[in-house]
Amino acid sequence: MKIVVRDVTFAYNSHAVLHGVSLGVAEGEIVSIIGPNGSGKSTLLRCLARVLQPRRGAIFLDGREILAIDARQWARQVGYLPQAGGTSFPITVLEAVLMGRKPHIRWGVMPRDLEAVERAMRYTGVEEMARRPLGELSGGERQKVLLARALAQEPEVLLLDEPTTSLDILHQLEILELLRQLAVEQGKAVIMVMHELNLAARFSDKLVLLKDGSIFAAGRPEKVLSVASLKAVYGVEAVVSEGRFGLEVLPLRPVAGRGTLGGDDTT
Amino acid sequence: MGWSCKGPMFTLKHRTDPWNQGRDCTGRARRFLALRPSPVPRPRDRRGTVEEIYASTTFRKALLLVGLVILLAAAGLVAATAGAAQVGAGDVWRVVAGKFLPAYRGTAGELARTVVVDLRLPRILLAVITGMSLAGAGAAMQGVLHNPLVDPYILGLSSGAAFGAALAIVLGAGFLAPVYGSVGPYLVITNAFVFGILAMWLVYGIARLRGTAPETLILGGVAIGYLFSAGVALLKYVSENEALKELVVWLMGGLWGATWEAVRLLFPLVLASQAVLLYYAWDVNALLAGEEVAGSLGVNVRRVRLLYLGAASMAAAATVAFTGIIGFVGLVAPHICRLLIGNDYRFLIPCSSLLGAALLLVADTGARTIMAPTEIPVGVITSLIGVPFFLGLLLKRRSQISL
Repeated sequence: MKIVVRDVTFAYNSHAVLHGVSLGVAEGEIVSIIGPNGSGKSTLLRCLARVLQPRRGAIFLDGREILAIDARQWARQVGYLPQAGGTSFPITVLEAVLMGRKPHIRWGVMPRDLEAVERAMRYTGVEEMARRPLGELSGGERQKVLLARALAQEPEVLLLDEPTTSLDILHQLEILELLRQLAVEQGKAVIMVMHELNLAARFSDKLVLLKDGSIFAAGRPEKVLSVASLKAVYGVEAVVSEGRFGLEVLPLRPVAGRGTLGGDDTT
Repeated sequence: MGWSCKGPMFTLKHRTDPWNQGRDCTGRARRFLALRPSPVPRPRDRRGTVEEIYASTTFRKALLLVGLVILLAAAGLVAATAGAAQVGAGDVWRVVAGKFLPAYRGTAGELARTVVVDLRLPRILLAVITGMSLAGAGAAMQGVLHNPLVDPYILGLSSGAAFGAALAIVLGAGFLAPVYGSVGPYLVITNAFVFGILAMWLVYGIARLRGTAPETLILGGVAIGYLFSAGVALLKYVSENEALKELVVWLMGGLWGATWEAVRLLFPLVLASQAVLLYYAWDVNALLAGEEVAGSLGVNVRRVRLLYLGAASMAAAATVAFTGIIGFVGLVAPHICRLLIGNDYRFLIPCSSLLGAALLLVADTGARTIMAPTEIPVGVITSLIGVPFFLGLLLKRRSQISL
């Protein structure tokens, strides 16, 4: 296992957000953390990214407790994309991606840094935007640039917080395919928080379904996403079917607001 | 099987991957790539490779740096020759060379030497040092506090220093009063410095309780600033005529108090502060992308913020203690440089510092010559020169940053 989370508990002040979460992620694996708003998805990811420190339990990267790893060493192994956070002062796309080399740079920029930047920008298809200000890009382009920054770090693990939220469907697919490719071809472990269940199911090897800060179910998508689990966790009536391209989830209505029932599953 | 693909297999277009040239995709990737919309050919990059773009933008940044050094040298020469006493550029050279180059054997007139060495040179150097420290501090604080409206005085520093100075001028009280015995310039200087640092330290201490978030620091600075300003107002109200005048002049700021002693004291301090700001330039670059990202890039956000604020405030407080409060340079010089070369702190710090030095030097030369023998407050001139230039750039470039 590349990453092991063992019995992690986290609380903001006295408000507990995670209770005894444990999971493992192997190399080349894509794991999506799903669950309703406030279920602790982002908190779990932020614990994994060392932004937050668990109150109890520990997280291990290659068998080493992550809080014990030197910051620079850590940054060379783990890339983290938080949810869209704006910059206060404008920077260009090239400068943004070059920042990914920070853990490798002492002060001067070496040719190999620029090579890594170029490789990362080509990989996500933003190389012709190098001179443009980051703030002028569309949401989808911007996300590709930020992914390029994480790749310029040359990490073994990628952590992403809702990488496709607020992107159009083309950009959603492009980003997820890039992640898929990174996992399959380069063996990177990818852990992301996802809201869109169909995309999460299609592009992930495993899903982790959180409910109130605990893991409700984890494993292969078809095992985790079921009519019963969606009802119990999200409070939603849904149809789950095995479609041509994998699992298909169609949410119907909130359980609480049930007016007419039955018959839906046959459509 | 989670990935069952019951429909007809899509054909996979060959795709070269710069990271993985030639290696075939595995089955699962193949299926996913098959879903990829037909690749749109991207326009060939006409503007060069990353390496070329980086080289050209870096060249432009370096060019500005060199240009500013030349501008500063020229301003220094003008300042050395401008004034009531007629001293030509040749005299200036002979005097300066005679003073700093032991091997130089030329001689200059006694008058020229006195005017240049005793009066103009320390004033020029103090202007340069002050401009550097204020503008460098402005750039630094704007960066780590993520706020373009911040200047070196934001952490209550100016009000603290003003209160310290006022205390010394009006009441003759201060930390070192027993040492000096009477109210002298040193009492004002040490008091201004101590209270400037005290205010900043207070603000930082308060902000620490809330994790030193930029908002807490800025708002805490504003609040503490008001507190000390109230103290200054009270001291003004109770002061005698003589002291009031001295206090008002101090608050306006100016470089008339320049001495070699001040230069010798401030120079190493400002140099050290600049060294710290440059050393952490990459960390601050990363910090511009947000605290979480910076953390994930291996930056110790808290430490960088403390060191940056500390180094910047220390230099600013020290110079302010000698010159009084000189506004605007610290706010505007970094922004002018930002508009010209963007936000790479490796270049922004030295460029801002040099521009601040040049701006203050030109302004001070104007201040002491335009209405000679009366001196105009230097802050008036800085604004008169800086504001039109800054607004012109702002309107021309808008949000664009040039590279």
